Amino acid sequence: MDMQGEHRIAAPREAVWEALNDDDVLRACIPGCESLERTSDNELHAVVVQKIGPVKARFEGEVELANINAPESYTIQGEGKGGVAGFAKGGADVTLTEEDGETILSYTVHAMVGGKIAQLGSRLIDSTAKKLAGKFFDNFQAHLNPEPVEETA
Amino acid sequence: MSDGIGARVKRKEDKRFLLGKGKYTDDIRVENQSYGAFVRSPHAHARIKGIDASAALAMDGVIAVHTGPELKADGIGDIITGWAITSKDGEAMKIGAWSPLATEKVRYVGDSVAIVVAETQALARLAAEAVEVDYEELAPAVATGEAMNPGQPLVHDEIANNMCFDWEVGDEAKTDAGLAGAAHVTEIDLINNRLSPNAIEPRSAIAVYDDAEDHYTLYSTSQNPHVARLVLSAFYNVAPEHKLRVIAPDVGGGFGSKIYIYPEEITCLWASMKTGRSIRWTAERSESFMTDAHARDHVTTAKMGFDADGNIVGFKVDTIANIGAYASLFATATPTYLYGTLLSGQYAMPAIYCNVKAVYTNTVPVDAYRGAGRPEATYVVERIMEKAAREMNMDVAELRRKNFIREFPYQTEVLLAYDAGDFDAVLNMAQEAADVAGFPARQAEAASRGKMRGIGYSCFIEACGLAPSAAAGSLGSGVGLWESAEVRVNPVGTIEILTGAHSHGQGHETTFAQLAADRFGLPIDNVAIVHGDTDKVQFGMGTYGSRSGPVGMSAVMKALDKVEAKVKKIVAHSLEAAEDDIVIEGGEAKIAGTDKKMAWHEIGLAAYMAHNLPEGMEPGLKETSFFDPVNFSFPSGCFICEVEVDPETGVTQIVQFVAADDFGTIINPMIVEGQVHGGVTQGIGQALMEGVVYDDDGQLLTGSYMDYTMPRADDVPSYTIGHGCTPSPNNPLGLKGCGEAGAIGSPVAVINAIVDAIGTDVEMPATPSRVWAAIQSSAMPQAAE
Repeated sequence: MDMQGEHRIAAPREAVWEALNDDDVLRACIPGCESLERTSDNELHAVVVQKIGPVKARFEGEVELANINAPESYTIQGEGKGGVAGFAKGGADVTLTEEDGETILSYTVHAMVGGKIAQLGSRLIDSTAKKLAGKFFDNFQAHLNPEPVEETA
Repeated sequence: MSDGIGARVKRKEDKRFLLGKGKYTDDIRVENQSYGAFVRSPHAHARIKGIDASAALAMDGVIAVHTGPELKADGIGDIITGWAITSKDGEAMKIGAWSPLATEKVRYVGDSVAIVVAETQALARLAAEAVEVDYEELAPAVATGEAMNPGQPLVHDEIANNMCFDWEVGDEAKTDAGLAGAAHVTEIDLINNRLSPNAIEPRSAIAVYDDAEDHYTLYSTSQNPHVARLVLSAFYNVAPEHKLRVIAPDVGGGFGSKIYIYPEEITCLWASMKTGRSIRWTAERSESFMTDAHARDHVTTAKMGFDADGNIVGFKVDTIANIGAYASLFATATPTYLYGTLLSGQYAMPAIYCNVKAVYTNTVPVDAYRGAGRPEATYVVERIMEKAAREMNMDVAELRRKNFIREFPYQTEVLLAYDAGDFDAVLNMAQEAADVAGFPARQAEAASRGKMRGIGYSCFIEACGLAPSAAAGSLGSGVGLWESAEVRVNPVGTIEILTGAHSHGQGHETTFAQLAADRFGLPIDNVAIVHGDTDKVQFGMGTYGSRSGPVGMSAVMKALDKVEAKVKKIVAHSLEAAEDDIVIEGGEAKIAGTDKKMAWHEIGLAAYMAHNLPEGMEPGLKETSFFDPVNFSFPSGCFICEVEVDPETGVTQIVQFVAADDFGTIINPMIVEGQVHGGVTQGIGQALMEGVVYDDDGQLLTGSYMDYTMPRADDVPSYTIGHGCTPSPNNPLGLKGCGEAGAIGSPVAVINAIVDAIGTDVEMPATPSRVWAAIQSSAMPQAAE
């Protein structure tokens, strides 16, 4: 599964970068995140519950931050095991660009799934991933700008 | 006699099935019961670095977790393949070790790594999830056509190029010479799509270990319980045969997929001894998709040469057959002796050559499924015949007729000797039933509605009722291919027929009873069929390859002969008459031309009371027979399919399907028609809908009915069925077998009809998107309106 996207966030780049490296922010914004603990400077242990089509599973795995070039870019990669549901693994290259005091976050994701999720949910993975990414950025935006913002639809 | 041979008798077994009273493996309850669940690989190819079962074992109610190394240490053998194939260079086929529980590597998604035994099914599955397997992922080999290429990952480290064997049949030089001198050569590239068998009842096993007797019982969804016991005993070292009973009770469909002895049955038996508990396991539908042997999966190129009159002068076929991660029981026989040998079709071909390369891939094993090799052969022969006819501007039926074999027995260039047939008669019957003469008018009418209407033929032949044991042995078979029968006439005159054939939908309880009813003029309710239990039936080879009729019933007929002879002796002695004067009809034995007679129950009683038997005669009335056929039988047929394709959507509708078969003698036309309906529907499924898809990582993407489409009632038309009859000269009843014909002949008839409709090739499954794309890519550029 490959996915690319770009989101405009109404906050300065430094603030976005900090939030992207803040465990509490990530825990609050990642859809279905049950726990997120830092195990070393650039490694985290995560438990995330996800539903893809008919398969609901608790994925547990390690997340690693690499290619760190603060405050511009990093690569976030990880692998989660979901028991009989199978596994998911992949990574995203994330880049932050400043523009008019706001930040453009662009990302390129490559991921693969295996086991039951692939057998039952392969048709739904792309749409689910897009939905999850959308949710994450909604949460992220809301976290950085707690006051209501106008819908831009 | 109303219940005799040829009577349209309703199926005795249907009462219990229709009332939900069938007794399937999962319905059986045993003492000391626990549940098994399997830890399965989510990876197509990976090295097992470690297994940590501590979390599973800590769960309350988990009895045990057992792994491959333990199983190996207990001497449980690797899973075997039953047919040895020799490559064209004289090398033996290359077999990669298949442990029932993987030890060093997993080789397909679903490969079993460990068994969890627990007090409940839910707990067993939950605990299986808690077993941590540390995998080192490896790149997989997945695509059939690429698995042999240099640089592909090796499924079995020791097997170069993933090649199991490189086999040939026929005469290459003669074929090349024929093609070189041909006036016209037609070439075709084909893919025979990979299928999943989808029996309604999933595989299921209950293993019961009795430590007092050191005895095992296996209840299992098997098509051939005796073969299962033989293999479990001789090769897997579970228990010696006299300490192992295999019972295959009611079985809800097999289609070949339940011939094989899979890892789960072996592991459950072994684990029942390890734990001292009875273990039951029933596959979830997901497990069926992942682990039931798949089918077909060929990539083929073929060339057929013709002289200026349209006579075939040579036929050359190159096939790559995917056998999956391991060589399953018949996986090596299916793409060779059940495929290459059928490439002469119904036609006199002076030269044929076929080369088959079988490759391992990181996918579930591929093995025999309804038709097994013969649908693949038919697909090649009948696609290329129609393509050739179009290229040569000949009528597709006339090209066939021109090349039909008309003298029998006929020795083909690829080993087989056809027994009997009348291909012209069956083709004529089908053409008449299909109103071929009226097709152009129907096509024009369809065009007026914007539909593309096409007609496609399939003239097929198959080899059934495998075969003389000695011949099969000389070709590499690991078993004999006879069948046994025992006929017991009880003291009250009721009859039990014990057969080594197994019924899992074929209606044996009715048709086998019809044989005794026919012979003695008894109602079939007085006849019971006993099968599916190694403690009841002495031995047998089970049911596959349309063998129950030609081989199984032939054994019954031989045993009936012996019973009849003894009955005549008893009656002649009792009535003081000559044996030759005794006739048996209407459930009694008479002295011909007199009113002196004995009722059937009096005969049974006389045999068992033994108060007045001929001198030297043993008491009782029970006879056993083994029948070993002298040849295959060769059912054949002509199917004509008519379709309408909607060019806007690519949707194909089958508007007419005529199936004219020659099955030789027919015992029960209603049951035979049911077999044809089922087989044709499965073939239509292959042609239009079904297809297993693995992605490049070896992940199975068609793991449920959301993504794997099965044909439903509204996808198929009401079939028109006709029967020709040239009895097989090679068995007492003249039977040829009918179980597979529908699935063998129908896919290519459907595809030929679509090709005729849209004017361009299309691959199976011809889904609406594929048909639409084929129409678009072949359409001439449209002028601007």
